Amino acid sequence: MWSTLLTPDFFNAILRATTPILFATLASGVAAKAGICNMALDGILLFCALFGVIFSNLTNSWVLGLLLTVAAGALIGLILAFFILNLKTDEILAAIAINLTASGGTVLLLLAFSGERGSSSFPSVAAPTITIPLLDKIPFLGQILSGRNFLTYLSILMVVVMYLFLYKTPLGLKIRAVGENKNAAESVGISSRGIQYIALILSGALCAFGGYFLSGGYMNSFTKDMQAGRGFIALAASSMGGDTPVGGFLVALLFGASQAVGNQMQLTNIPVELIQMIPYATTLIGLAIFSYVAMKRKEKISGK
Amino acid sequence: MADQVVLQMQHIMKIYSNGVVANEDVSLELRKGEIHALLGENGAGKSTLMKVLFGIEAPDEGKIILNGSEVTIKSPQDAISKGIGMVHQHFMLVPSLTVAENIILGVEPKKGLFINMKKAVEEAQAIAEKYNFEIDVTARVEEIPVGIKQKVEILKALYRGADILILDEPTAVLTPQETDELFIQLEKLRNDGHTIIFISHKLDEIKKICDRATIMRNGRSMGTYNVSEISTDDMSKLMVGREVVLTFEKKPQVLKDTMMKVRNLTVHNTQGVLKVDGLTFDLKGGEILGIAGVEGNGQSELIDTLTGINKSYSGEVSIKGEDIRKDSIKDIRNKKLAHIPEDRMSSGCAANLNILENMFSNQYTEPEYSGKMMLKGKVIQKRSEELIREYLVKCKSYHQNVGMLSGGNIQKVIVAREFSTQPDIIIANQPTRGIDVGAAEFIRRRLLEYRDAGCAILLVSADLNEVFSLSDRLAVMYKGKFSGLFLDVSSVSEEELGQYMLGLKHDDELRGVTYEQ
Amino acid sequence: MNSEKKFEVFRTFFSILIAILVSFLLIFIVSKQPVEAIMALLTGPFKSKRNLANVVEAMIPLIFTGTGVCIMFSANQINLAGEGAFHLGGLVASVCALQLGLPAGLSPFVALCLSALAGALFTAIPAVLKIKTGSSVMVASLMINYLSLWFCTYILMHFICDPSVGSASAKLPEESELMTLFRGTRIHLGVIIALAVAVLGYVFLYKTKSGYELRLAGENEKFARYSGINIVKVILLSQLIGGAVAGLGGGVEMLSPIYSRFSWTSLLGYGWDAIIICTLAKKNPLKTPLAALFLAYLRTGASIMARSTDVTLEIVQITQGIIILLAVAEQFLSKTKHRLIAKEAKASLKEEEAA
Repeated sequence: MWSTLLTPDFFNAILRATTPILFATLASGVAAKAGICNMALDGILLFCALFGVIFSNLTNSWVLGLLLTVAAGALIGLILAFFILNLKTDEILAAIAINLTASGGTVLLLLAFSGERGSSSFPSVAAPTITIPLLDKIPFLGQILSGRNFLTYLSILMVVVMYLFLYKTPLGLKIRAVGENKNAAESVGISSRGIQYIALILSGALCAFGGYFLSGGYMNSFTKDMQAGRGFIALAASSMGGDTPVGGFLVALLFGASQAVGNQMQLTNIPVELIQMIPYATTLIGLAIFSYVAMKRKEKISGK
Repeated sequence: MADQVVLQMQHIMKIYSNGVVANEDVSLELRKGEIHALLGENGAGKSTLMKVLFGIEAPDEGKIILNGSEVTIKSPQDAISKGIGMVHQHFMLVPSLTVAENIILGVEPKKGLFINMKKAVEEAQAIAEKYNFEIDVTARVEEIPVGIKQKVEILKALYRGADILILDEPTAVLTPQETDELFIQLEKLRNDGHTIIFISHKLDEIKKICDRATIMRNGRSMGTYNVSEISTDDMSKLMVGREVVLTFEKKPQVLKDTMMKVRNLTVHNTQGVLKVDGLTFDLKGGEILGIAGVEGNGQSELIDTLTGINKSYSGEVSIKGEDIRKDSIKDIRNKKLAHIPEDRMSSGCAANLNILENMFSNQYTEPEYSGKMMLKGKVIQKRSEELIREYLVKCKSYHQNVGMLSGGNIQKVIVAREFSTQPDIIIANQPTRGIDVGAAEFIRRRLLEYRDAGCAILLVSADLNEVFSLSDRLAVMYKGKFSGLFLDVSSVSEEELGQYMLGLKHDDELRGVTYEQ
Repeated sequence: MNSEKKFEVFRTFFSILIAILVSFLLIFIVSKQPVEAIMALLTGPFKSKRNLANVVEAMIPLIFTGTGVCIMFSANQINLAGEGAFHLGGLVASVCALQLGLPAGLSPFVALCLSALAGALFTAIPAVLKIKTGSSVMVASLMINYLSLWFCTYILMHFICDPSVGSASAKLPEESELMTLFRGTRIHLGVIIALAVAVLGYVFLYKTKSGYELRLAGENEKFARYSGINIVKVILLSQLIGGAVAGLGGGVEMLSPIYSRFSWTSLLGYGWDAIIICTLAKKNPLKTPLAALFLAYLRTGASIMARSTDVTLEIVQITQGIIILLAVAEQFLSKTKHRLIAKEAKASLKEEEAA
C-alpha cells in the first residue's frame, strides 16, 4: 500500500481533494475575521456546484460559467448578510436555512433546468488542467506541480491573495477591526454592517470557486448533496488554523491528505464505510487537539 | 466670535424599542470655542442625546442645526464628516492593533492597493506632537495604560478633523493626575477653537473646566447655565430634584463573631498580572467594611475570590472558620453568603428571563421552594409577589422580563434575591452604580438594616459618599493592597482619602485590619 | 410585555404565510400544472384517511427531534448532532430487534431504551469534547453526524444486511413492531410516546430544578455560575437528554409499521427539521406537536404533490428555509413593532402625567 502512496498520483489526489475545502476554508476565514461564523458555506458549495454545470452549459465556456457562478456565490453571501445584518437573524439559524434551501433548491432548479431528478447528465465545461512549461519536464515533482486543474492553482494563489488582503490593505484592516471590536470600528465611522456585508459577499464568492470545482474538476457533473459536509469541514479547518489564510491552508491540506489516503485505501480490503469516516474523524480529532492546546496555552498565560 | 452658535439640537425626543423614553423634548445649544458640560445623573438621558448627535441613534422627533443649516445625522460616519468627534466612556479601540493603526483606521493613507504603514506612523506621530500628547504610536493598544488609551481616542477624533468633540465621562477611569493633564489639554483644544461637550456628573470638575452647563434630569433638559453664575448646590438640586440625603443615622455598632478571615491573599488575573497582593483582613458580624479605591486596583479579583468564582489564588480565605479553597460557589453560598455583583447585566441577572425566574436562582434548591425534582411553583409565585412588594420593584407583574426594567429596578430584583436568603455575610460590589437616587437610597438603607441585624458586610464602591456614609471601617485599596485603613470614618476627609486612593499616601503598618493581637 | 408576545406570534404566522406564498411562486415557475400542484399541496392531506394518517405519522419523528433540540438550545448548546443520534437510534433499535430475540412487548421496550441510551451517549460526545478540550460544540456535532452515518452503514452492510434485498437489513421481527392504533392506517403507538415526550420535555424544562438550571445557564452562563449552578453538569445533562430524546425518536421510527427493515444509507435530515420545529415552538417543547403538525402537513402535501404532478418534494425544504429566516429575523416587521411599543409608551406617559 505504501508504494502507492508516494506516487505523483497520490499527491495529485491530495491537491484535488484539498481544492474545494481550501476555497471554503478561506471563505470561512474571511467571514470569521469579520466576526461572523459562516455555516452556510455548505449550502453555498452545493448551490455553486449546480450553478457551475448550468452556467457552463449555457455559456459553453468555463470562464464565463465560473464568473457567473462566483457572482451567484457572492449573491448568496449577500442574501445571508442581509438576513444576519439587516433583519438580525441568528447567524447559525440563517445558515441552516440557507443550507436547507440549497438542499431542496438545487434539486428543484435542476428539475426546472433539465427535467432531471437529482443528478445532471447534460454537458458542462470543467475548468481546464494547466500544463506549466518547463516545470512539467522535471521528473516526479513536475508531475505533481504541473498539469493540475486551474482552480487548484487558483486556490493556492488565493491563500497569498487573502493574506495580503487581510493584513496589508485598508479593507483588510477594517475587516479585522470590525471582527475584533465592532464598536471601535463604528466609532471611527466604519460601517461595521458594510464591512460585514463585504466579508460575507467575499466569503460567498470564494466558496463559489470551490463549488464550481466540485462539479467541474473534482467530478464532471452535479449530484444531489454532493458537497457532503465539506462546508462544515472547512469551518472546522478554518477555526483550527486560527482563521488565518496560511493556517487554514495547512489544515485544509491535512484534510485533503486524509481524504486522499482514504481513497487509496479503498483499494485495500478495509471496509469502504470506515474509510469514508476518515476525513470527518481527522477533523474531529484535529479540532479537539487544537482546542486543547489553545486552552492550555491560555491557562499558562494566566499564570497557573 | 465667542457667542457664535455652532450647533443646536431642538426638541429631541427618543423612545427606545423597549419603551423607555430616554429623551423627552431636550434642546441643547453650543457656542464655538466653549467647553459645555452636559450634566445629569446616570440614566438622565445624556448619553442618548449624544448618541443622537453622533448618529448612533435616530431621534423620534426634533431637529439638529449645525452651523446654521438643518442636518440629519444618519451614522457616526456622517457625524465625523460633519466635524463631530466622540470619545466614548468605554474605549473604542482595537486591542491587537497599534496606536497608529487605531488612529488611521478608516482613513488609511494608501500606497497603491495597500496601506502606507510608514506614512501612517509618521502622520500619527505628527498629530500627537501637534497637540503635545506623548505617545509611542507603534505600541499595541492592549499594552498601554488607560490614560494613554484615552489620549489615543482624542487623537483619533482630531485626526479626523473634529471641531466638536464629545467626551463621555472622560474622567471616570482616570487618576487625578491624569485628569489634571486631560484638563490642560482640553483647555488647549478650546483655545484652538474646538468646541467640547463634556459629559459628567462630577460637579467639581464642571466648575473647574466648563464654561456653560446644560443640566438633564429624567430625560428632560433643566436648562442651560453659565457655570460661573450657578453654585454647585443649585446644580445638584437641578440634577436630582432634591437634596441628596447621604448621611444615614447609624445605630451604635454591636460587633459579633468573625465571619470571614482573609490571610495573605494573592491573586493574579487571567493575563498573569498581580492584582491582589498579600491582602489580610477580618470581617465581623454587625459591621460594614468599606473598600474604596479607583477601579481596577484589584477589587474585582478580591470579590471573585471571596465568592468562589475565582479558584486560583494563594493565601487563605475562611468563612465561619472553614477554609473555602475546595468549596464551589454553591458551597460558599450555602454558608449563607450573599453577593451583589459588580456588573448586574453580565452576571447579576438573565435579561430574557422573567422577574420570578431571576429571583430564585440562588435558593430554588431550598426545601421551601422545591422537592427532590420539582419546583414548588405556587410557593415561588407567592414569594416573588411578596418580594416585589417588599423591595418596591416597579413592574407590571413577575411575568415581565428583567431586561425590560430600568437599571434601578433590576438592581432591586438582584438585591431582593440576595437578601431574601437571610444571609450572614453580604458582599456588595458597587451596589448602587448607575441607578437612580431613590433606588440607591433604598438599597443603602437595606444594607444598614442587615448590619444592625448582625450581618457582616463587605462593601466595595467607587462612590465615596456611599462608603463614607455606610462604612464602620474603611479601607482603601491601591494596587492590590490596602494603602490605608480608617477605624473612625468621620475623621477622614475626602481629600485625604483621595491621596490614599492614588497611592500618594501609604500606611505600611495598618492597624485594625484583623481583630487578632 | 403583552403586546410583545402578541407581536411574536403575529410575526411567526406572517413568516409562514410569506414562505408559502414564495413556494407557490416557485411552483408557478417550475411546473406546467401549477394549480393542480398547489391544490395537491394544500388540500391533499385531507383527501383521504390515508393521507391524513400520513400527516400524523410524519409528525412523530419531528416531535422527538424537535423536543430534543428545544432542550439543548434552551441550555444554549448549539448541538446539531440530533441528526446523527436519530440515525443511530434507528440502527440500535433494529439491531436489538434482530439480535436479542425478546418476546413481544418486552422487545420494543428494550430496543427503545437502548436507542435512547445510544442517542444520549452519542450526542454527549461534543459536550464532553467541549468540557475537556474547549472545542466548539457546533463544529464537533457537525462532524460526528457523518461518523454516525458511516458507522451505521458499516454495521448495516457488514453485520445485519440481507443480501437478497441489497442495502437493507433482514426483516425486523413482528414482536418488535410498535402497535398500530387505528385500523387501516399506520398511526402507531409512537404518537403517544411522542406526545408524552413533548409534555415531559416541557415539565422538565419549566417545572423541575434541573430544567430551571438549564434555562438559567442557557440565558446567561455567567449569571448561572454566579448563582452557584454547576455549568458542566448542565452542559452535559442538556445534551444527554436532548440526545436521548432524538435517539428514542430514531428507534420509534424504525420500529413503527412504516419500516420493516433498517435501510437508512443517508442522513434523513430530521436533525435539521428539529431546528425549524424548535424555532417555531420558541424552545417550548409543549408547542412542538403543533409545529410538527404544520411541518408534517406541508410534507405530506408536498409528497402528494410530487406523486401527482411534476413538482418535486424538495420544494418543502425551500419553504422551511424561508420560514426559519423570517421567523427568527428580529428586525423583520420591526417598524410595526416599534410603532406598537412607542404608542404604548406614549400612552403610559400620558397616564402618568394625568395621575
